[in-house]
Amino acid sequence: MSFDLLLEAVLFGILLGCFYAAVSMGLSVSFGLLDVPHVAHPAIMVLGAYCTWVLGRWGIDPILAGVILTAPFFLLGMAVYRFYYEAFEKRGSEAGVRGIAFFFGVALIIEVGLILGFGVDQRMVEAAYIGKSLSFGDIRLPMRTLAVFGVALAMSAVLTLYMSKTFTGRAIKAVAQDEPALRLMGANPVRIKQWAFGIATAAAALGGAMLIVIGPVDPGMDRVYIGRTFAVVVLAGLGSMTGTIAAGLVLGISESIVLIHPDLGASWAPAVSFTLLLVVLGVRPQGLFGR
Amino acid sequence: MRLLSFAAGILFSALALAQQGPIKIGMSMPQTGSLGAGGKAALLALHMWVEDINAKGGLLGRKVELIAYDDQTNPALTPAIYTKLLDVDKVDLLIAPYGTVPTAPIMPLVKQRDLLLMGNFSFQANHTVKHDKWFNNAPWNNASSWSDGFFEIGKKQGAKTVAFLAADNEFAQNLANGARELAKKAGLQTVYNQNYPPATTDFSSLIRGVRAAKPDMVFVMSYPNDSVAIVRAVNEIGVGESVKLFGGGMVGLQFTPIMESLGSSLNGIVNYNSYVPGIKYPGIEEFLQRYSKRAVEAKVDPLGFYLPPFNYAIGQMLEQAINGTKGLDQKKLAEYLHTHEMKTIVGPIKYGPDGEWAAPRVVQAQFRGVADKNMEQFRQAGKQVVLYPETYKTGEVVAPFEKARK
Repeated sequence: MSFDLLLEAVLFGILLGCFYAAVSMGLSVSFGLLDVPHVAHPAIMVLGAYCTWVLGRWGIDPILAGVILTAPFFLLGMAVYRFYYEAFEKRGSEAGVRGIAFFFGVALIIEVGLILGFGVDQRMVEAAYIGKSLSFGDIRLPMRTLAVFGVALAMSAVLTLYMSKTFTGRAIKAVAQDEPALRLMGANPVRIKQWAFGIATAAAALGGAMLIVIGPVDPGMDRVYIGRTFAVVVLAGLGSMTGTIAAGLVLGISESIVLIHPDLGASWAPAVSFTLLLVVLGVRPQGLFGR
Repeated sequence: MRLLSFAAGILFSALALAQQGPIKIGMSMPQTGSLGAGGKAALLALHMWVEDINAKGGLLGRKVELIAYDDQTNPALTPAIYTKLLDVDKVDLLIAPYGTVPTAPIMPLVKQRDLLLMGNFSFQANHTVKHDKWFNNAPWNNASSWSDGFFEIGKKQGAKTVAFLAADNEFAQNLANGARELAKKAGLQTVYNQNYPPATTDFSSLIRGVRAAKPDMVFVMSYPNDSVAIVRAVNEIGVGESVKLFGGGMVGLQFTPIMESLGSSLNGIVNYNSYVPGIKYPGIEEFLQRYSKRAVEAKVDPLGFYLPPFNYAIGQMLEQAINGTKGLDQKKLAEYLHTHEMKTIVGPIKYGPDGEWAAPRVVQAQFRGVADKNMEQFRQAGKQVVLYPETYKTGEVVAPFEKARK
């Protein structure tokens, strides 16, 4: 394997890793911080991708569409959490298992709804940065991955600042650590969680926009991302935004190198990623950035 | 009195036929998932055949009913669906789902129950099972029938090395294994050989690997979602100036929504097909005109060149076999299909002992002068120039690949 090819693979791995982080950011909040078994996260992301496609037909840039969609998806997330809380979480310890069933149901409804509404064909968007690449000598990097790289870093920075500098952000972190203490401080944990779930869903919408920027989407694409997004969040250390970027990079770079390695090859990429996850968890059960 | 008894006889016969109920034909079809876009178009064509045959009075004096379930392109679902079709719906005849991956798991079931199965664009699904009542509607038989054309075009361009990129699934691996052997026999040196898993997110790294290997030709065997991502990655990363020929076995580049979306990115790719405008089969143009109108209403592939005519042909073959044997006996139907040449809208079909076409007609065509965002352009004969087989050839290959893209 030549040095140039390896360098190109590492650079591309960084971009791929940031994409993985971008699509996992919402789950990092909902599952990482709130302990909600949100298996519908990838389905919500696909829904976001389809909404991006719809806005794209009116000439709206996909990234801008993703930003616009954060508002309605925030409200959608608040409504979903309220229902989940009233129907499951409030009722006690078995809520987790039932919650998984509930979110599987949500994912299924989204998938079937998308099929009924849009059919089974793949959908793609167009933008000035899709289908072109930037050349640095012999190295060519797709512009769409560079755009996603930028958005992922911005998302991570905004969420990290929000969680550490604002009262609500700190309350979200507090509800993850010690819910009774938060209650004693006079804050309503349910409302805080509802707010946080809204943020997670808004982040999923933006993640969906990134998904359709990277490649075509179809209604069943959520299944491809369930394993990967949960792996990123667990590897990161539940709830850490910086960790989500780091975990995405670990998976992205390792996959990218495995993909070009002549003796390993593409079929090994998922195996190497998940082995890496097991090794890291073996050494640090709390994940890379978990406490 | 005699007239009265004659009329009563006819009435009783009609009632007896009515009591027999319709002839039920059962199948699963991918209507969602990766093959869903093609599956829905294929299903529309089968419904058109059922409507046509019922308008003519049905078969054996009975109406024909098609029972089709969505298998979601999920091979895990097809055995249960076909068991239900046989044991609950009590269907009389079976048609396989579109595609190798959903078909492969039902082969043991149909062999065990010794049933007739009309194959539906699968590749070597019967290769190891060797069921004698299998009849595929696809215009290929073995790996050679599929890849010979591609290699022949490449060899004429002076290609000496080849790169293989194949999906890790039943179809692509069946094709890839055969193609690798054939490449070896043809004296082509394999310089890159990769299988990729179904959940591959981005193909940029793989295309980088191909480019670094500097092959003369690249044979890709992919499913629709992957095909789109591969074409996109090729457009961005490039495969290098060494490549004379790129494509071969990319499923999806025959579907109108995908062709329309990829637009000019398709230019230069040489890929397999079943039918492209310019090929003359009796009745196909009339069928496609009718299909196009229905497809718009049904929101499925509006051109329907790839699968719909061949699915309509399944109906035509069943019609000829049932009328020829005057019954639904599966053994007699299979014998009839083995021994007669079928007349269909995709030309005459004669089956070999393995239930595949005795004389395959896989087309290798090169995308040329394709513009962006224009679905109607694909109705023109020159947008996909037929390079192989000689019988249907409409032009010469433009190579190297990068030149053909300009």
